[in-house]
Amino acid sequence: MKLSFSAEDERFREEVAGWLAANLCGEFECIRYRGGPGDEHSFVEERKAWERKLHEGGWTGIGWPREHGGRAASIEQQVIFNEEYARAGGPGRMGHIGETLTGPTLIAFGTAQQKQRYLPGILRGDDLWCQGYSEPGAGSDLANVKTKARFDEDAGKWLITGQKVWTSLAHESRYCFVIARTDPASVGHRGLGFFLLAMDQPGVVVRPIEQLTGTSEFNEVFFDEAVCGADDIVGEPGDGWQVAMGLLGFERGVSTLGQQMLFQNEFDEVVRIARENGAATDPAIRQRIADAHVGLRIMRFNSMRMLSGGEDGSLSREAMIYKLYWATWHRNLGKLAMDVLGPESEILDAAPYGLNRLQSLYLFTRADTIYGGTNQIQRNIIAERALGMPREPRG
Amino acid sequence: MDFRFTEEQDMIRSTAEAFLAEASTPAAVRSAMITEQGYDPALWQRICNDMCWQAMHIPEQYGGLGLGYVELVATLEQMGRYLLCSPFFATVCLAANAILVAGSEEQKAEYLPQLASGTTATLAWTGSSGRWDARAVDVVCSADGDGYRLSGSYRYVPDGHTAQLLVVAARAQGSSGAEGISLFVLPADSAGISRQWLPTMDQTRRQAQLVFEDVRVPAGALMGGEGTGWALLEKTVDLATVAVAAEQVGGAQQALDSTVAYLKERVQFGRVIASYQAVKHKAADMMVKVEASRSAVYYAACIADEALAGGALAQELPEAASIAKAYCSDAYFFNAGCGIQLHGGVGITAEYDIQLYFKRAKSTETFLGNSAWHRERLAGLLLDGPVPAARGGR
Repeated sequence: MKLSFSAEDERFREEVAGWLAANLCGEFECIRYRGGPGDEHSFVEERKAWERKLHEGGWTGIGWPREHGGRAASIEQQVIFNEEYARAGGPGRMGHIGETLTGPTLIAFGTAQQKQRYLPGILRGDDLWCQGYSEPGAGSDLANVKTKARFDEDAGKWLITGQKVWTSLAHESRYCFVIARTDPASVGHRGLGFFLLAMDQPGVVVRPIEQLTGTSEFNEVFFDEAVCGADDIVGEPGDGWQVAMGLLGFERGVSTLGQQMLFQNEFDEVVRIARENGAATDPAIRQRIADAHVGLRIMRFNSMRMLSGGEDGSLSREAMIYKLYWATWHRNLGKLAMDVLGPESEILDAAPYGLNRLQSLYLFTRADTIYGGTNQIQRNIIAERALGMPREPRG
Repeated sequence: MDFRFTEEQDMIRSTAEAFLAEASTPAAVRSAMITEQGYDPALWQRICNDMCWQAMHIPEQYGGLGLGYVELVATLEQMGRYLLCSPFFATVCLAANAILVAGSEEQKAEYLPQLASGTTATLAWTGSSGRWDARAVDVVCSADGDGYRLSGSYRYVPDGHTAQLLVVAARAQGSSGAEGISLFVLPADSAGISRQWLPTMDQTRRQAQLVFEDVRVPAGALMGGEGTGWALLEKTVDLATVAVAAEQVGGAQQALDSTVAYLKERVQFGRVIASYQAVKHKAADMMVKVEASRSAVYYAACIADEALAGGALAQELPEAASIAKAYCSDAYFFNAGCGIQLHGGVGITAEYDIQLYFKRAKSTETFLGNSAWHRERLAGLLLDGPVPAARGGR
């Protein structure tokens, strides 16, 4: 076991930190520490410009292979980039869905033409993507997708009809990747297709969902014979589930340490307030602050194990617990923040509903244990795949 | 960065697993735990002669194997998993660490080879205050010619009634807190020492009371400076704390594994109960606890290595030890408690082993400070020091 990074990696760290210090300032000062879950509505134009700035510096798609415009950065270097990015207060990435989901999917499963057509826009920071998976009747039961894709032989195009929901950044995105049923008679995992769909067309309507925070970053997306080119299906009709699940394997946790740096910033803020307002002298609060510290440090050690794991792409035990662990920790941090603030936790920055950072954290972290697989679904996955316990009979 | 076992470390772990699965069976544990000695001397001899675990992290120049804390932790995890009844923890994790941390060159050269060849030993430092900080030390030492005299009682001393060698802490008359504490190493049969084992709820680990009545020790028995022993003792205890946490990981893992095995056999309402979500979700929570515990202990083991070698991260030891102990104590208790619940009625019988793990979970939780104690220690580090420089942020 070795805790330190190599000298070469440390030089890379300095390069990243140096570039961020020189560029994340001036017109971009306002977006430091902004964006990300719960704050996606903030400084949208500035953050779009920042995506292009990142590209100028060569910092988009750094883990992508060189032939597709990436840097082929090692796992360690991707970790370092994410860590330094968060340390510098780098804003929530508008382009992360394209960079971490669409790009790797096309690189693995796409045709040469698809790669040529879509990858450069993602790297440039021009083309933002959103993810069209969940539907009103397909939440935890994701395979229950009802959205249909019909191939119009005359027009030579796919026509997509149906409804998606919980689509982050749909209103800002140029493209959406959509799973839709290519075989109308199919059920479950079979008979799905994976489509690359342009959002700016008459058959697509985006309707924001107002959340408990009073802000909107999720949307409903309605497709009424939305048009997709004949070439804009990844894999064959019927392969959609395999392509969609393949995405999960690409995220081997390189962003986890960066995510934890954001959590650390939030935790530090809670500690600062506790020391300032005297909550730090309350024995019960001291226990909870220490517990949060323990939880966050272990989250980091756990990621270090995960990142050092085998190259076979299979999910190790420490990777299987990760979502349940971080989501629960983060949700508890939100509650701790309110309890540290005491009666001030109720008072808003401004009418009508101007939440401060910690209030927003408190409310929005209730989503953490729901999206991307609820805590209950995570527990099923752990029990079935890691512990080999049988599935409950399903109706 | 490469935060995983090397091939050699993996081999050490699997060797320990294979050996203990055969040598520390439930029957062997149950037979050793009802003896006054608390362990099977024949098994201890096999460990010393065949496995050489007692010599594992002692440097080669003192007759040890010269391996590190990660190897030690990998082995301790298996000992915890198989509830090994043994003077190993007291000898290696308490006494050997104390001598490594506090001993002079001569003392290391004299005592470490003895420990490496199987002499048993322990560390006695706590009185009956129930504390785990410097105030726990209440045996008094006074100068006596060119040596010292020690008087008072030690309690909660692991294997204190059988250890052949003792490392003890005592404080100068009238001193308090971290001041005035000195460490000594002496044979357990020194005149004036009476030792008595204390029957314990967790029968798999012995505790003893040691009464010192004017015990005379020579000047050469002093380890570290006179009255400046707390820093050395605290470091020793932190190293031992990492070791306890490693045992807890193994115990928490076994509580999960044995429970899941039972759940896959037990049929109710026409199905194995492992297929019910209410049951599966509890088991999944147990796995989260054990994997997070393991991450905490592996990190602490790396830091312990740095602390013993004077590495760059050595100063992280108190924090890493407290993180590991706080988390693993709660995790082990949670897993053992859930284990009993998920076993149903048989969980509270003497016949099923889960009760032994439930008891070990509590005894290891209490020993060297429970989770609340370690969290308060961490809170002190986080909240009571100088205010850190302000960071950016909205």
